[in-house]
Amino acid sequence: MKTFLDEVNERIDGVPIQRCYHCRKCTAGCPMAFVMEYNPNKVIKMIQMGKKDEVLGSSTIWLCASCETCITRCPNEVDIARMMDVLRQMALESGKGSREKSVLAFHEAFLSSIKSGGRLNEPMMMVNYKLKSGDLFSDMALGLDMFTKGKLSVFAPKTKDVASVRKIFEKTR
Amino acid sequence: MKVSLYPGCSAHGTAKEYSQSIEAVSHALGIETHEIDDWSCCGATSAHSTNYKLSVALPARNLMIAQKRGLDVMIPCAACFNRFKMAQHQIEKDKALKAEMESIIGGTYTDGISIRNPIDIIANDIGLDTLEKKVVRKLEGLKPVSYYGCLLLRPPEVCRFDDYENPVLLDKILAACGADVKKWSFKTDCCGGSLSISRTDIVGKMVNKLASMAKEAGANCIVTACPLCMANLDMRADAGLKMPVFYFTELLALAMGLPGPDKWFKLHITDPMPLVQSLKLM
Repeated sequence: MKTFLDEVNERIDGVPIQRCYHCRKCTAGCPMAFVMEYNPNKVIKMIQMGKKDEVLGSSTIWLCASCETCITRCPNEVDIARMMDVLRQMALESGKGSREKSVLAFHEAFLSSIKSGGRLNEPMMMVNYKLKSGDLFSDMALGLDMFTKGKLSVFAPKTKDVASVRKIFEKTR
Repeated sequence: MKVSLYPGCSAHGTAKEYSQSIEAVSHALGIETHEIDDWSCCGATSAHSTNYKLSVALPARNLMIAQKRGLDVMIPCAACFNRFKMAQHQIEKDKALKAEMESIIGGTYTDGISIRNPIDIIANDIGLDTLEKKVVRKLEGLKPVSYYGCLLLRPPEVCRFDDYENPVLLDKILAACGADVKKWSFKTDCCGGSLSISRTDIVGKMVNKLASMAKEAGANCIVTACPLCMANLDMRADAGLKMPVFYFTELLALAMGLPGPDKWFKLHITDPMPLVQSLKLM
C-alpha cells in the first residue's frame, strides 16, 4: 500500500522530500512561519511519519503564501512550495476541506468569478467572498474609499469566448 | 521593439494606474504593444492552490493565443508573470502534460515563447542610456526603495532576469530617472499576497514590517511592479507607518514628462500628492 509519503512524492514529481536534512533554511526564511502551527520542515517530518490527518487538517498548508522562498533557498532542492500546493489539493480531495475557512472561501470566490466571465471581476468576487465567508462587514470603509476613487470597475470587460474558459474548468475538474 | 501584451485582470480594476502608465511609458520608449486577443485570467494563487491542471491550463490558453503572433509576451503584473512562467516551465519539461493541455484547450502548443516583465525589457532591451535621455524632470528628492516582492524572481531557475536575493535593475531604472534610491534588505520579502482579504490580520503585520524597514532605510516612498504588493502596501499598513507607494512606471512617466500621473495618483489609497508636491515634481 502507498504511504502518505509516497503519495506526496508522486504528486510533487520532483526531488523526494526525504532528501530534507532539516537545516531549517526554509523555516528561517518563511514569512509565514510566525503564524504557522507546524513549520515547513516539520511538515516534511510529519509526512514521513505518516501523520496524514494532522497535516491535511492543519492551518499551515493554507497559510503558506506561495512566496517560493523555501524552494529558492533549499540546499537539497526540495520543492516545499509545490508540496504545499499538493497538500492543499489532497485536503480538498479527501473531503477535509480547509482549516482556514476564509482562505478557501477566497479561492472559491476568485475561481468562480473567472469561470463566469473568463476574467476576474474584483467587486463581484468580493461580494461572493463575503457571502461565502460570512465576513460581511470588514473593509467596508476601504471599499467605499476605493469605489469613490474609481478604483473598482463593476463592468470590466469579460473574455468573449468564455465558453473556452469554462471548458478548461470542466476538463480539469 | 514589438511585444504581445498580457494586461491581466487587475488592469481594468484596482491596478488601472499600472496598466495606463505601462501603456504611456511603452509608447514613449518605442515599445509597440499588441494586446493578446480575447485573453483570460491566469488563475493566480487560487488556481495553483487548489487545482494543479487548472493552474497550468489557464495561462496555457493565453500562451497558445500569443504564440500565433510570435512576439515576446510582456506581462506587467508580477503574479500573472509568475503563473505564465511556471506553466511554461511545467509544460515544456513534461511531454505528457503538454499533450494533455493541448487536448484540454484545443490547439497546438509551441515551445520557447519569451515571457518578459517590463523591468527586464526596459533595463535590458531599451537600455538605461536611452531611458536617461528621455528624462525631462529628474526625480530629485525622491528616495525610493525598490520592492520586487516574491513573484518576479522566484523560483530563480524559472523567472531569472535579475539577482534573486538582491535584485538591482529596478534600482538602476529609478536612478536613471534621478531618484536617490535607498538600499534595504527587503526587496524580495513577502507582503502576504492573496491573504490580504482572507487573513487581513496577518498581512497587516507583514506590510507594517516592510513599511517600517523602508522608513529606517531613509526612504520616503516604496516602488513596486506588482498590483498585489501595491494593494497590500498602499492599503494595509497602519496609519502611522503608511508611506506613498508607486508603480515604477508611474514614476517613469513623471520623469519623462508624460501626461497621466496626476490622474493616476488620485487612485492611490495613501495619497502621494503631498510628497510629490513638496518635492516640486508636479
